[in-house]
Amino acid sequence: MEVIKIVGTDDTPSVTLDVANEIFEISGRSLPEDVAMFYKPILDWLDRYADEATGSTVFNFKLVYFNTASSKMILDILLKLEEIHESGKEVLIKWYYPDDDEDMEEAGEEYSDIVDVPFEQISYSLD
Amino acid sequence: MENSDFLDFVYNFSDSMGKRNAELVYKGEISHQVTKAFTSLTETSMLMEQEPNSVQKKVFHVIVEFLQNISKHADSLETGEDRREGSGVFLLCKDEENYTITTGNVMMIHKKDAIASILEKINSLDREGLKALYKQQIKDGRLSEKGGAGLGFIDIAKKTGNKLNYSFVQLNDEYTFFIISSTISRTQLSD
Repeated sequence: MEVIKIVGTDDTPSVTLDVANEIFEISGRSLPEDVAMFYKPILDWLDRYADEATGSTVFNFKLVYFNTASSKMILDILLKLEEIHESGKEVLIKWYYPDDDEDMEEAGEEYSDIVDVPFEQISYSLD
Repeated sequence: MENSDFLDFVYNFSDSMGKRNAELVYKGEISHQVTKAFTSLTETSMLMEQEPNSVQKKVFHVIVEFLQNISKHADSLETGEDRREGSGVFLLCKDEENYTITTGNVMMIHKKDAIASILEKINSLDREGLKALYKQQIKDGRLSEKGGAGLGFIDIAKKTGNKLNYSFVQLNDEYTFFIISSTISRTQLSD
């Protein structure tokens, strides 16, 4: 599959979707001017990946900020990963949050309540 | 306007801003660029003030969500060429205890009841209630054509832990002016 590699800006996240190197990651800040347009290629990619996935998928979320419009798109990504998991393939979500950011920690908790997929919360220090 | 009148106005305006602890005041079109400019200015000032990280993020979030609401939903009183949708007024105030972020925009009067009832509902809920409403809305809500997820006010109330202050000022038979204000405590919130 083709590799998606988007370099982040101050309002859009960095995204890497690379099957060969087993890197699935979205990080940084997400408040794009047009959320649907930004996330569409990512969701389309995941649709194709759902058919082709063979090995396990460890998907890293390492966001420092996202607005509410993005939060819906993040749920859509998680729902696609849930589908892959339901089809019998191994999926693990790793939700990273800065250790002083209770809102980002809580966002992870809320997502893990909504989607039925193995979910790990990992705190890290920004220093 | 007489020149001295105008200069008096400027002095009085500055004085009023000072008395109300207004740090940043803007009236006009709210674009993505304007939002980025305000968040960036505010972040720089909060860094200099050494605000706790969580306070910085909450202030950033309220600015983003409030301004996005205006850019997506504000109506215009004007018609024809002068029509400017997505405009409004924005105020950032700061005192010893709180940041207060307030926006105002023209709204068609028929939207008023729906907005008022969702805000009443949000203000009636405690933290657990807000978390439940947020989860329900993110699951059931669809992203609107304009890219709103209907989550902004709920999420702001949940993250700030404070009620949303709001009012409507009727402009004429068709339009009302909607004002909404959110307060963020400068001391760490305790759960």
